[in-house]
This record gives sequence, C-alpha cells and structure tokens, in this order.
Amino acid sequence: MRRESALTVAAILGGALLLAAGNVLVPASGSLHVSGFVVGLAGKYLCYALLALAVDLVWGYAGILTLGHAAFFALGGYAMGMYLMREIGARGVYANPILPDFMVFLGWKQLPWYWFGFDHFGIALIAALAVPALLAGVFGWFAFRSRVSGVYLSIITQALTYALMLAFFRNNMGFGGNNGMTDFKDILGFPIGTDATSVGLMLVTALVLAGAYLLARALVASRFGKVLVAVRDAEPRTRFLGYRPEHYKLVVWVFSAMLAGIGGALYVPQVGIINPSEFAPANSIEAVIWVAVGGRGSLSGAILGAVLVNLGKTWLTGALPEMWLFALGGLFIVVTLFLPRGLIGLLARRRAAPKDAPAAVAAAREVTG
Amino acid sequence: MSADLLLYLDGVTVSFDGFRALNALSLVLEPGEMRAVIGPNGAGKTTMMDVITGKTRPDSGRVVFGADTDLTRLDEPAIAALGIGRKFQKPTVFEPLSVRDNLLLALAGDRSPRFSLWARETVEERQRIEMILLTTRLTDQRDRRAADLSHGQKQWLEIGMLLAQEPRLLLVDEPVAGMTDAETEQTAQLLREINRTRSVVVVEHDMAFVRALGVKVTVLHEGAVLSEGSIDHVSADPRVIEVYLGR
Amino acid sequence: MPRQVQGLSRILLAAALFVLAALPPARAAGPFAELASVNSDVVAAGVRALAVSGNPRAGAVIAALKQGRLFAWRWPNPAAPLFIRTDAGLVDARTGAKVATPPMPVNLRAVIVSDAVRGAIETGAGVLDLRAPAAATRERAAEALFQAADPGSLPLIDAALRTEKDPAVRRVLRDAQAAALLKSDTAPVPAQLAAVRRLAGRADLSSRNLLASLSGEPKPVAAAVARAIAGIDRQLRLWGLVENVYYGISLGAVLLLAAAGLAITFGVMGVINMAHGEMVMIGAYTTFVVQQTIAAAAPGLNEFGLLFAIPTAFLVAGALGVVIERCMIRFLYGRPLETLLATWGLSLVLQQAVRSVFGATNKDVTSPAWMSGFVRLGGLTLTVNRLWIILFAALVIAALMAALRWGGLGRSIRAVTQNRRMAAAMGIRTPWIDALTFGLGSGIAGMAGVALSQIDNVSPNLGQNYIIDSFIVVVVGGVGNLWGTVFGALILGIVDKFVEPITGAVLGKIIVLVLLILFIQRRPRGLFPLKGRAVEA
Repeated sequence: MRRESALTVAAILGGALLLAAGNVLVPASGSLHVSGFVVGLAGKYLCYALLALAVDLVWGYAGILTLGHAAFFALGGYAMGMYLMREIGARGVYANPILPDFMVFLGWKQLPWYWFGFDHFGIALIAALAVPALLAGVFGWFAFRSRVSGVYLSIITQALTYALMLAFFRNNMGFGGNNGMTDFKDILGFPIGTDATSVGLMLVTALVLAGAYLLARALVASRFGKVLVAVRDAEPRTRFLGYRPEHYKLVVWVFSAMLAGIGGALYVPQVGIINPSEFAPANSIEAVIWVAVGGRGSLSGAILGAVLVNLGKTWLTGALPEMWLFALGGLFIVVTLFLPRGLIGLLARRRAAPKDAPAAVAAAREVTG
Repeated sequence: MSADLLLYLDGVTVSFDGFRALNALSLVLEPGEMRAVIGPNGAGKTTMMDVITGKTRPDSGRVVFGADTDLTRLDEPAIAALGIGRKFQKPTVFEPLSVRDNLLLALAGDRSPRFSLWARETVEERQRIEMILLTTRLTDQRDRRAADLSHGQKQWLEIGMLLAQEPRLLLVDEPVAGMTDAETEQTAQLLREINRTRSVVVVEHDMAFVRALGVKVTVLHEGAVLSEGSIDHVSADPRVIEVYLGR
Repeated sequence: MPRQVQGLSRILLAAALFVLAALPPARAAGPFAELASVNSDVVAAGVRALAVSGNPRAGAVIAALKQGRLFAWRWPNPAAPLFIRTDAGLVDARTGAKVATPPMPVNLRAVIVSDAVRGAIETGAGVLDLRAPAAATRERAAEALFQAADPGSLPLIDAALRTEKDPAVRRVLRDAQAAALLKSDTAPVPAQLAAVRRLAGRADLSSRNLLASLSGEPKPVAAAVARAIAGIDRQLRLWGLVENVYYGISLGAVLLLAAAGLAITFGVMGVINMAHGEMVMIGAYTTFVVQQTIAAAAPGLNEFGLLFAIPTAFLVAGALGVVIERCMIRFLYGRPLETLLATWGLSLVLQQAVRSVFGATNKDVTSPAWMSGFVRLGGLTLTVNRLWIILFAALVIAALMAALRWGGLGRSIRAVTQNRRMAAAMGIRTPWIDALTFGLGSGIAGMAGVALSQIDNVSPNLGQNYIIDSFIVVVVGGVGNLWGTVFGALILGIVDKFVEPITGAVLGKIIVLVLLILFIQRRPRGLFPLKGRAVEA
C-alpha cells in the first residue's frame, strides 16, 4: 500500500517536473523540447485526474455511481472563471472596469450580488470549494436520507447535471449564457497563455493532485474508509450495526464534490474557457469510464485511467475523428465485460502467480458484483 | 409496561399487498431469557425480526423495548444503538475487509463519521477483538479477508460481530443453517454461553438444535403465536403437529 | 423676388386644390373609388366592401388585385378609375368590358397591396365563396364575414340566410349577422342585445375581441357586453385548460411510446439499457429507409409507407435487441451499474455507426396526407398527426398488455421474472426468454421511432432526447408496472405542459427535473410500487 502511494506520488510529480524541465530548460529548437501546447495538455489531464479521483472515491469506495460529477467540476470552473473575468477589468472589448463584457452586452447596469468579491482570488478559490460542497451537501442530504441508491441515484445525478446545464445556458443567470466565459487575460498577474504560466499552472495542478491523492488515500485507509467499504457492499448490515450510512455517504460525497470543484478551478485557466457544455451529461459519464478503465476502487488506477483515456482521446480525435466515439463506446463495453477491475486489476493479476489467477478473477467478480 | 420485561410485542400486524405476514402478533420476552422461535415457511419469523429491528414498520401494534421505548418510531441504527443486535439468515459479513476489521467495525462505540475519520485502534479495542476471536475460534483467521472464510466461519464471524456490539438483546436468524453436526453443537454451546449475560431470540428450523438449546419455544403460524412452552410441550400440541404435518 | 414668391404661392394653391379634389369623399364613393385610394387602409376597406356588396364583378376584381393586375389611374379621374390587365389588354374593372382606347401605361399605377390589403383580400375572396356549391367553402366564407363584422354586409348575409339550408353554415351566418349588427349604429337595442347573447354563446377569442372593441353602446347593451366578455373569458380559460391537458396527453403519448419498451427491459427485466434511445433512433431511420425504398420501387404505395415501416422497425430493432442481449447484456445480469455503463458505450457506438452510414444531417421523413391537417373540436384545434400518435401509443400499450397477459411469450416472461429457477425447472428455456424479452422491448422502441419520425428530426441524436425522459416515466410510474408507466407518461406530459407556459421551456424543464428529484426521494419505488417480501429483500 505504502509502496503504491509513494510510486503514484512520484509518478505524478516526476512526470510533471520532467515536462516542465523539457519546456523551460531545453531550448525550443531541441528535439527533446516540450511545447507549451503539450504542457497545457498535461495540465488538463491532471485536472481530469482530480475529477477521476473524486468519482472513484464515491463510486469505488462508497458504491455511488455518480453520473453528474462533471457538475461539481464545472461549478468549480465557473467560480474560477468569475475571478478571471473580473481580472480582465477594463481590458475587455467594452472596456468596462467592473462589468464583464457579456453583462455590458446584455445591457446590465451593475454586477449581480453573487459576483461581488470575485475580484479576490482567495474568495474565488473558497467558492470553488464551497459551492460544489454546498450543492453536494443539499443534494446528498436529501438523496441519502431517503435511501435513494443504485441506478435511481445515478439517474438523478444525471438529471442534476442536466438541469444545471440548462440553467447555465440561460443568459439571465449572469454567467455568460451560451458562450460562458473566455478571453481571460491573466491569473494573479501572470499572463494566461504564455508558456511560463502554463508550466506554473501544470506544476500547481500536479502538486494539488498529489496532495488530493494522499488525502484520499488517508481517508480510505482510516476506520471511516472501512465503514465506507462496508456500506458499499452491505449497506443494510451496517445499519443493524448502528451506523448511519447516509452520514458516511454524505461526508465522502461532499469531499468528493470539493475535489472535483478544485479540479474544475484549475482546469479553467489552463484551457482558457468555461461554458455550460461542461455540465453535459456525457462528460460525467466519460469521467466514470476513466475510473473504470484505470480500476474502480483503486485511487492510483483512477488517475492512470484519466490520463490514458484522455491521451487516447487527444490522439484519436486528431487522427481519426470518426473513430473516437466507436473507441469510447467500445471501451465502456470491453472494460465492463472483461476488465471489471480495470488496468490496475490486470497488473495485479499479472503479478500474482499464474495458478492463483482463477482466484483473482473470482475475487474481482466479488468486488464488483 | 412493567419494568421487568425486556421486549413486548403487542398486536403487531404487517401486511404486504393484502397478505398478512404478521397478524396481531403478541410476544413477551424477559430479561436474560433465551427464546427459540420456530414455525413453517411464511409463518412470519423473519418479518418479526424485521419489525423489531426497525427494517419494517408495522401497520398497527406496538413494540416496546425495556421500560417504555417504542421501537416502531425508531430506525435501524437507533434501534441498534439501544442494544439490539441481529444476525441474518444468510451470513452477511463485510467480505473485502479482514476478519479483524469486521470485528473492529462492530465493536461498541461511537458510530459517527466524525469519530471514525480520526479513530485510532486503542489497546482495549485490540484486547476485545482478541477475546472475541478466541470465543468464535477465529484467532488463526484474523488477517484473512472475510470473503475467504468457510460458510461456518462466516456464521461465527457474524456472531462474533454481534458480541462485539455488546447488545442487550440478540436476534439470531437460523444460525446453524448449512453447518455440520459438530459445528451445530459448538454453536449451541456458544449461544448458551452468550445467554449468560444477554437475552437471545433464536429463529431456527432445526428441531434437534432447538432441543439442544433447551429453552422456551414459541411456535408461529400465519403471523400469530400458535403455541408456546417447552419443546416437549409444543411438540405434543396437536395444532402444532397439524401445521407441521399438514392436514 | 416678390414675383417669384407670388408664382410659388400660386403653384402651392393649385397643388392644394388638386390634392383636395383627389381625396375621395370618404365612403360615399363606393368600393371602386376606395380601391383607387392611395391610403392602404381605405383600399382594404374597399376590398371588404366590394366583397360583401354582391357586385357580380367582385370576384374578378379581387382576384386581379391579388395577382397584382389591378391598375388605377395615376391622376384623379373618377370616370375610369380602375383597369384590369388581361392577356387580351386592359378591361374596365367595373364592367369587364374591353377598354376601347387604353390609357398610356405611364398614367397607370398598380393598386397598392399592403399587409392590411392582403388580409382584406383573404377575407373578401372568402366571402365570395358564400355562393359556392360546397358547404365547407360556404362555411369558411360565412366565417370570413363574421371576422369582417361589417354592417354593410348585412343585406348580403340576410340574402344568404334566406337560401342557406346547411345548419352549420346557417349558424355561422347568424354569428356574422350578430357581429355586423353590433357594429352598426342604427340597430335597435333589443336586436343588439340578442346579438350580444349570440356572440356570448359563440365564446371564442374573435367574438371576445369584437365585443371588447364596441364603444358608445346604450347602457343595457354595454352591461350585456361586459357580462358576455366576462363569460367568454371564463370559457376561454376553461378551453385553455382543456387545451393544455390535450397537449399534455399528446406529449405523454410520445413519452409513453418512448418509455413502453423501457418498461419491459428495465421495468420487467431490470436491465438498465442506456442504448434504449438508440433503438428508437434506429426505428426512425428504418422508417426513412422504408420510405425511400417504397418511393423507388412502388411509388403508388407512398401514402402507406408508415404502415410498412411499423412492422419493419419492430423487427429490425427487435432483432438488434436479441443480438445485444446475447452478446452483452446476459453477462451483466445482477450488475445494474455495469449494465448502465456498457449500454451507454453501446449507445455511443450505435450513434456513431448511424452517423457514419447516413451522415450527421437530419433525414427527411415525409408525412402521408392522412396524417396532416387539423380537426376542430369545440374551442380546440387538434393536429391530426398528434391524434394518430395518441391512438398509436394506446394501441401499442394495449397490444403489449394483451401479449404479456395472454400470449405464450408473455406467460413465459412473467414466469421467468417471477421465479427464474422454477420456470427453468418447468422446461422454459430461460436464456432464450431473456433474449426474446429484451428483443420485445427493443422492438417496441423501434415502433416508437416510427411515430417519432413524424414529429421530430430524424438524426443520430434522436434517441438521446428521449432517454432521460423515458427513465423518468418508468421510475415515476413504478418499476414493473405497465399501468404505472402509462400514468407516469401522462402525468409527466401534463405537468410539463402546465409548467412550461408559466416559466418558459428551459426553466420548466429544470422545474420538472427538480420535482422528479424530490419525487424519487419521497417515493423511491414510484407511484405504483410493487410490494412484498421479494422487493423488501
């Protein structure tokens, strides 16, 4: 366990540092030079890995198959986007020092109340954590208390993100409607879009991811984590032992939403845009497949899955755009049918002695069944 | 209710879609008593357990625990916290966790997430767990995954988890189903041992086992008490014979 | 300077006189003079007046105006104000006689046709049909007269009433008479009161508008008008309510069709099939292919393409369902979350496959003639294709219920879902039944696709628009209960249509979703839950 943690953290930080060095230290003409574009991609993948970690915590350890986690990711992203919009200040098209361009365009005279304070980075950061946490708290409190579980829970998480998407499409919500927010200029004074800022953001994301991983690791290793697994596999039994599964689920659900929110907040300055399509139900389901590919119930697997699937997506949508949906769809089918424990499970099976193989398969069945 | 009763079921009725699983069932259990409940399939044994533990809410009737606690208003965790433990017919242990961890989660104590997030295993907890491992003959298996235990071992682990809960009342549903004769005998011994400090209700099909327990027997039929008394008394009761042998 | 001023003022005076002479003395000049006006409102009044005048030339003149062939003298000339340009040359609009000495084209201008005039032409052309042989045409004409509410048309209406036999046409004529009477300033009070009662009885928006436009009536009439308006408002509200319910039922029928298959695969089998929407989509594409094939092979059968498409879509989607069950679903029984993910993947593959084969653009599926048009029912206007879809949904559900209840497959399905092992012991080949059940659900989804191709865009994304709603319907209705699905669909449809006008479509959708989330928390097992030990366990 400890070895796996150390390995994972080393891989995240080492990989990030290597890429950063390749960009900063190797001259642009060098064959080993890492372009700003690649650094940006890596940063994006690391944000996705945070989302995958969040999904794995609730799905892998608490048995809640969330089909709406992208909503928390997007909310975190919007919080950061609001800060970045305010940062633009008078440099916008309409040169309004207070109002973002889209508000001027809509003929608004003053900032809506919920935009106040977002010119401070700290407040945006707190909002990126607090808003997803609050939504998750309210949603989870209702859902878990009334014992909605399984497929029903999945469907209402999907409905949640769908409803949010529709809401954010509306102009009068005050979040830029259809177009969302973009054309950011700088973050904390660093100009967005330059290589140096990209490298910095990517490194920060790697650090946050490593920290989040260790935190999640500690959570699942604690007695709390054991109760969580017990709830996942035999919820009624935990009740007769005196545990309240709804409380446990709520805690991990809110924590997971906050992880996703942070992921979203780091994502927006690196991709330079946030719009309502981030709430699309398909995004949430894609995040689930990252976890499934990597290995449900394995935190390092979730990170691995997010990076690998998105590498594949970047490559395929560039090379054979028609094939991407076939590949993604096929991935869903193959992984659920043949790789119930994902790549990590495959590795574990490889490592086990060949004669133990059937037992490992059986164990895998039991974990996922 | 008089204070010297542990559990009192008064006219409890439960129906599913018109089918009456319990029909004005009344039952009294004294502190320290062990009671065997028998009855043919569909007599309402499991439903009775469900009602006592809060899984099923009765349509009418009262379930009073101790002096004056009405169990029908509480949910499962609250009832468990009062000191009522339950073992299911099908052994349900937490399979991916080790035997020790299963017991650890069952140990009496704070059940809140806030506590469990920061909880460290204490010396007393470790000692309690070792005691229970010894009682349930699972010491050698302590670090194995519960999933890898044999059927009988899972049954015992579950009984061990019940003990760890330190309940005032144990509800045990078919503890010897699927056990060998030797295991059955050991289980009867274990239950008698437990009964020295706690009240127990055992639901069982196995007549030999019930006889071996040597306690007061309640026969359920169609959701109501058909007969009550010693095993010899009820097995001589013509109504019981009719129900079991058919008309 | 003074001379110039004098000259200018003389010209101005001449021009003023000229203009004054050109202005027609209001209505006294008759419809033809009005048509020659340069004020489009006056022209419109002229068209209406001409139409109801009974003048035998009215039809030809209005038709000419519509085609832009009616010309007026560019300068004031009361003697020959209007000409119609025909292939044979100019004719006098009043008489239809050929003009012996046609004016120079430079002296003519086309009579102006503004929106107001175009409206009047429509009314006018309709009124002329009052003598048409077909009763429906006459009724339309009478309706046009009613809309015009022109006191000038009273004699015409009276004349028509004397000869008209058809009761429906007579009723509308009487309405028109009442409307015209109310607009006239000379009608006696009792006649006006009767007219108000008549319009109150008609109780639609146009009679309300007419009543509301009256002013300066004698006291008793004004009071009656106010009462009548209040009464009509009440009735309109009622009809509005009925209309909303109808729209709700119509939407509910669509949802029901989409959800019926799901009620089998999810409700009965417990398989959560996220590719269900794609089965619907494939049904819609099957309709497209069938129509294309028929258009190419047997154009005479074009009108009945849909009838061929229904069984074809059932078989295509059903067969695909059987294949999916055998190759994928059967390995995932008892693992709903995995099933959800795998079938989601399948839905992506199917969408992309259809997109690759048929292209990403919408396919054009035509509606046969017997599915288009309107039906009027009281204060309602119902589109025929919606009516067909409601009927179709009802038939599909009835057939499904009957098949499950009495059919051999239905009996086996129920046996397998109730007690799989016992069914197997009785000699039912349970794996085969699973495959057929899934095929049945998918086939029904395919048939839904045929219906949806009539009201929605046939695109690879068609199914996605329905999948969430379908699940909502099944969940709201209660899993494993077809009646529940029917009620779920209707309730959802009606709630949607009642919330939507109040809040707008997007907010309405959000509210419905929030309501659903709250509903699932209150009733996790739906409106009509199955009870019993099996469910509790």
